[in-house]
Amino acid sequence: MATQDQPRVISHPGSVTAVTTPPRTRPRVQWFAYLYILPAFLIIFVFHILPVGYAIWISMQSGAVRRFQFVGLDNYVRALNAPEFWSSLQTTVFYTLGTVPFTMALGLGIAYLLFQKIRGRGIYRAIYFMPYIISTVASAIVWAWVFDPRTGLANQVLALFGVSAQQWLIEPTGVFKLIGEGMRVPVPGWAEGPSLALVAIMIFAVWQALGFSIVIFLAGLGNINAELYEAARIDGANGSQLFRHITLPLLAPTTFFLLVISLIYSLQAFNHIFAMNQSAAQQLGGPLGTTRTLSIFMFQALYEQNRAGYASAIAVLLSLMILALTLVQFKYFGRSGENA
Amino acid sequence: MNRDRLKRQTTNLLIHAILIFGAVIVLFPFVWMVLGSFKSYNDATTSGFTPREWLWSNYPEAIVTMNGSVPCQFDAGNPLAILNQCLLLRYFVNTIFVGIVVVLGVLTTGVLAGYAFARLNFPGRNLLFVILIATLMIPFELTLVPNFVFMTWFPTPESWIATALGLSREGVQNWINTYYALIVPFTASVFSIFLFRQFFRGIPNELFDAALLDGAKHSRFLWSVVLPLSKPALVTSALLTFLGTWNALMWPLLVTNAPQMRPIQVGLTQFIGEAGTQVQLLMAGATMTVIPIMILYLILQRWFVEGISSAGIRG
Repeated sequence: MATQDQPRVISHPGSVTAVTTPPRTRPRVQWFAYLYILPAFLIIFVFHILPVGYAIWISMQSGAVRRFQFVGLDNYVRALNAPEFWSSLQTTVFYTLGTVPFTMALGLGIAYLLFQKIRGRGIYRAIYFMPYIISTVASAIVWAWVFDPRTGLANQVLALFGVSAQQWLIEPTGVFKLIGEGMRVPVPGWAEGPSLALVAIMIFAVWQALGFSIVIFLAGLGNINAELYEAARIDGANGSQLFRHITLPLLAPTTFFLLVISLIYSLQAFNHIFAMNQSAAQQLGGPLGTTRTLSIFMFQALYEQNRAGYASAIAVLLSLMILALTLVQFKYFGRSGENA
Repeated sequence: MNRDRLKRQTTNLLIHAILIFGAVIVLFPFVWMVLGSFKSYNDATTSGFTPREWLWSNYPEAIVTMNGSVPCQFDAGNPLAILNQCLLLRYFVNTIFVGIVVVLGVLTTGVLAGYAFARLNFPGRNLLFVILIATLMIPFELTLVPNFVFMTWFPTPESWIATALGLSREGVQNWINTYYALIVPFTASVFSIFLFRQFFRGIPNELFDAALLDGAKHSRFLWSVVLPLSKPALVTSALLTFLGTWNALMWPLLVTNAPQMRPIQVGLTQFIGEAGTQVQLLMAGATMTVIPIMILYLILQRWFVEGISSAGIRG
């Protein structure tokens, strides 16, 4: 990597440049470079690096911001013993399982269709990407109206299929239990699934994230050598064979990248839930705490209960999970990068 | 030949049908929002697609509701006073001001650091770059509490100087409820530094050698040769940064509580409670906040999309 930046004279001693350039045996150290990186490092050190250590320190304190008291690992013990911690972890997992696979599958499907030299590809791409640009709060306001139990569109659509009206964002009952009740099949407590409120938020989240995954998949598809398709076609491969044996394997790095990014984002899920809870006049994480993810749980500890230490302990636990995912990504990309 | 063409046309038609169906679903909430913003309350809460009567009055009413039912009055003698009076306007001005300053900060710190990492030779360069990239792994949640604590510690420069000189009796103010809290922590972005470094490395060495032979200094070379060539990287970084500030929610919620300091997203969150069940006002409020970014998107659509995809591919 570093050799690329050194003057070319060194790598090509006999070239024309070597004759015209004054000979330099060693690249000079440009001390003023530190001035160039100083502003960026100052900001990043103060607001990104320093806080990591401080967060761990705070996580071992109790009390409000100005009256800290050292309590050791007490906050961690408390968090790991709190039923809310485990239920918010479960909610986070539900949220991840309900958004990431759908967003990626739909994104891949649409990107693949768009990639078929379709007329107006740019327009489609612009439309599908639009929800990603619009602020979560504004779109949550609209979606909360769509899911309004009295006047919302969602219930009108359900009525077309003869399904009774639902409470959506204020419904704490598990979605599988609701379906079971509709079909008169008893569903055991452990299989209730995410609350209908969370499902409504997940639908909203998939709608918003879809454009991102389409754009990333399109870029990945663009990187696949077109000659491969030509060659396979000459050999008599049909459309689905092309997709299975060329597109999918060669798209694997893109898919993996998107998967890890999406997993990390969904572990951090906050904006969608916050905005939808507000719009449905629910408490944060409501109804009955069934939309409380780990991020929401942490935010409540800090914002509503003013327990900075406890919030930090939750954040450290959340970060460890995210770190694990990121390391997987780095490891994988380190390897795939060498191949590429 | 003919059958082949027919087959391809049918496939194309099918693909278009699927894509249009999807596009309608994606666009529908926006259409529904705009239509809803023109309906009366009764109209909005009963079924019906288009408004029976197009009510423009929802918009001024939404603005007044945002103000706590005080109408916005423009005073020609003191035109700036409207910023303290008309909250929607204030939210917009706050967001745009913060966005522009953050973008300028990110571009300045990013271009300088990116240039150093791409073109300059100094001890520890690789190590420092690795440290920088490693900070990308730190989730926002982890730094949230400490940064919040910092905001209660840091003094605002003007109150600090005023107190030191004995001009103010209010004492030193902290960063809570100030633009400093909304701006300063975000004025450097590792992603942008990385983007600029990659871009600057792509600039041909010949150009670099020629300019330095001419005796141009690095600062001048950066300003007059590198930057004009780097428009794509500058625009991508600026757009993504601006979008990030425009949509920021958790941090501004924490560090602002005075209505005058709220950015648009926090203001809109507040407005949800203020409008209550008046759906048509909520839609009008949402539409007003969506339109500026929508226009920006429609004009700069290509940059947004390509910026995201290059950012994604490079990780």
